[in-house]
Amino acid sequence: MARFNLTINGKQFSADVDPAMPLLWALRDVLNLTGTKFGCGMGLCGACTVHLDGEAVRSCQTAVGSVGNKKVTTIEGLSPDRSHPVQRAWIAEQVPQCGYCQPGQIMQAAALLAKNPHPSREQIDQAMTGNICRCATYQRIRRAIQRAAQGEA
Amino acid sequence: MPTDSIVDRRHFLKGGAALLVGFYLPTRGRAENRRVSGPETLEANAWISITRDDRITLLTEIPEMGQGTRTANAMMLADELEADWSTIRVEQAPTIPEVYKHLGTGGSGGTAGSWMPMRTAGAQAREMLLAAAAGEWNVPKDECQAQNGSIIHTPSGRRLRYGELVEAASRLPAVKPDQAPLKNAKTFSFIGKPIPRADTPSKVGGAAVFGIDVRVPGMLFAVIARCPHFGGELTACDGSLAKAVPGVRRVFRIPPIGLTPLTPGVARKLNVAGGMAVVADSTWAAIEGRNALKMTWSKGPGAQESTESLRMAFQQQAAGPPSFVAVDRGDALKVLEGAGKRIEAEYELPFQAHATMETMNATVHVRGDGTIEVWSPTQIPAITQAEIAALAGVAPDRVTVHTRLSGGSFGRRYQWDYAAEAWQVAKEMKVPVQVVWTREDDIQHDFYRQYFRYRLSGALDDRGNIAAWAWRAVSTPIRSVFDSPESLKDPKHVASQEIDSSDLLPYQTLNYRSDYSPVQSVVPRAWWRSVSSSAEAFAIECFIDELAHAAGADPYQFRMQSLRADQAENSQKLRRVLKLAADKSGWGQPLAPGHGRGIACYRFGGTYVAQVAEVSVDKGGTLRVHRVVAAVDCGLAVNPNSVAALIEGGINYALTPVLSGEITIKDGAVEQSNFHDYQVLRMADAPEIEVHIVPGGKEPGDGVGESGVPPTAPAVANAVFAATGKRLRRLPVRPEDLKTI
Repeated sequence: MARFNLTINGKQFSADVDPAMPLLWALRDVLNLTGTKFGCGMGLCGACTVHLDGEAVRSCQTAVGSVGNKKVTTIEGLSPDRSHPVQRAWIAEQVPQCGYCQPGQIMQAAALLAKNPHPSREQIDQAMTGNICRCATYQRIRRAIQRAAQGEA
Repeated sequence: MPTDSIVDRRHFLKGGAALLVGFYLPTRGRAENRRVSGPETLEANAWISITRDDRITLLTEIPEMGQGTRTANAMMLADELEADWSTIRVEQAPTIPEVYKHLGTGGSGGTAGSWMPMRTAGAQAREMLLAAAAGEWNVPKDECQAQNGSIIHTPSGRRLRYGELVEAASRLPAVKPDQAPLKNAKTFSFIGKPIPRADTPSKVGGAAVFGIDVRVPGMLFAVIARCPHFGGELTACDGSLAKAVPGVRRVFRIPPIGLTPLTPGVARKLNVAGGMAVVADSTWAAIEGRNALKMTWSKGPGAQESTESLRMAFQQQAAGPPSFVAVDRGDALKVLEGAGKRIEAEYELPFQAHATMETMNATVHVRGDGTIEVWSPTQIPAITQAEIAALAGVAPDRVTVHTRLSGGSFGRRYQWDYAAEAWQVAKEMKVPVQVVWTREDDIQHDFYRQYFRYRLSGALDDRGNIAAWAWRAVSTPIRSVFDSPESLKDPKHVASQEIDSSDLLPYQTLNYRSDYSPVQSVVPRAWWRSVSSSAEAFAIECFIDELAHAAGADPYQFRMQSLRADQAENSQKLRRVLKLAADKSGWGQPLAPGHGRGIACYRFGGTYVAQVAEVSVDKGGTLRVHRVVAAVDCGLAVNPNSVAALIEGGINYALTPVLSGEITIKDGAVEQSNFHDYQVLRMADAPEIEVHIVPGGKEPGDGVGESGVPPTAPAVANAVFAATGKRLRRLPVRPEDLKTI
């Protein structure tokens, strides 16, 4: 066990955990930030996606001890009031069904658009295909990303 | 700690104000406010409460798992109430069975089943508010009208908001259902319109609370090591290393739960595997502790069972005598024997996992006073309450189940095995415990979609009509998983979740036979989105396609002309959706080289769906689904946006078993363990989807949530035939079945 100081959503957090503990479980079970979801524990589904210095990473594969000074952004911190263009587009397209995978989908999409503001359909599919949705809202996710890219949300 | 224990609530319900018809007060705080300062809240009935500041809380009995019924229920209530949509909050009804009698959902019946009760409750509240306003103004009630959260006195234009009427309405007697006229459909404000779902904002902001997100002060986390072989047992366990993992609190054994008397006179198998529980400060520590366990398991009764052994049993049962003949009309077997043109085909569909994104989990607190609190993602809060009580040997009112959002369900959370496990662990710990299933637990300990094999024989007469149709369904029956040996002596009962025993084949033939044979298996099976229909539609709709081809007819036209004359309404609705799907998909128009179109239709409950799939197959045998066009007749679509979303989701869900999903068995255990080997549909393989809803309908039909699934696999398989001339008769598709090089 060791003490880690983490910058999450612009705030300082302190957690006394095993350095090997995946960031996912530190967020959920230690820091009570439950917006980031557990899906597979193997980096296969993307439900746990967060940003480390703006890069989309799988928090189930990111040990707390490896975060260092990097800034963590979770779904709770993407915007204070669900006003991020991707979140607005998600509402406009009525994407979520059960909604469980959507924090991961939104974080992945936000990272994609930050790097590539006008992705093609193929680029969207490629960037998002690591994120599983079992309600299978894929078509709406595609439309929402295109909407956000066009600044329509 | 939560203060809304069942004891407080029930006490309040008995001693509440005159208007209280059983409305639940989510916190003691609200109840106390009311007692201290008079009517702050109008509890019009068990479903609607209105505060002085115009906040309206609507309760729903239907758990939300992504199907949107929570919103549809609110729309029905709000419409009759003439509420301002922006003031509405929806909450889950509590487990008080004497008030909330239908707490739970299954069979895609949520919206249809709520249609009259929710509208009536809304109308009752509206009439109370109308009467209250008329009393305040001392005018006849029929001079007043309800509109957008206010009552208006039409002649004078005076207006009172609902919040301003709380006190006056609270003094009035409750309105009986027959005194509350329902609105004319022409004046609906919300019903029939694509209203955004009520819970979308919380789901895009990360604030939505799913079962796995429940956090209770003092809680611990647990995982369970279960025997990988179904029915096998733990023979030895060394937990010393697990106990040494930092954060691990306790390691102990929990027993399996099998046949249990859960309701008087009825024993049911619970299928809780038992095993070793590891309780820790975090889920991660519990998982690490479990990884450090040294365990030996016996292989149990399924030691010899494998997908290969099952396949052999299926082939035998498909050829041998049936256990149950469901329908034998005319003389199908004789006509087939003498037929000049006889068509035969067998179709095989393996086990499938539900694989909800939120794995199974439940949080349970067993208190010193014997009360039990359960927080669960579940389709069945009422059953969970009653059966946990039976298991614990306490009265049902000692058990409270808080229904939390389900991260998908698709039938899986119609079981409550995971809540039973959490109860097993929590009663040892005396503090709240959340039992979490890892993805491996979830894939390996599901209640799978049954394994099916169908054998079909058909004959055509000289004019291309269906002269005879006979089919054998073989499956690993659901009933055998749960029911007592006594009830399983009846072969009809065993078949009852596997085949439709009534004479409901939608196509016309004078000679028809449908029979069934079971295959025994240790693999647990239960309801999976559309249940047997997911396989039955594949058999019927692929075979009708094969008959169409044998008749030299267009598959769409052959269906249209072969639908039964003696089931006029059913046939008319199927024709309508077939035509709509064909028209919108450009049926008959040229396609890109190598592409093919296939069509299929199916009725599920009160919902009729036809789909046209467009596919291509490359030389290596890789199948791509490019586009699916669906037509839906679900009666009145209460929220067309939700109906479209569910059909889209159903189509995508059905593509996993076609393209990649398969649960296989070895040594009585599941061979797959996570999304790398149980491969589900991903975005890159998700086709373009169009959903067209047949307008009109007086009331909602049931079945929408599942109805999108059945036609997809046969539409794709028929498209594969159109593209390649090859029949896809076993799922999932294997490139070697389709490759041309």
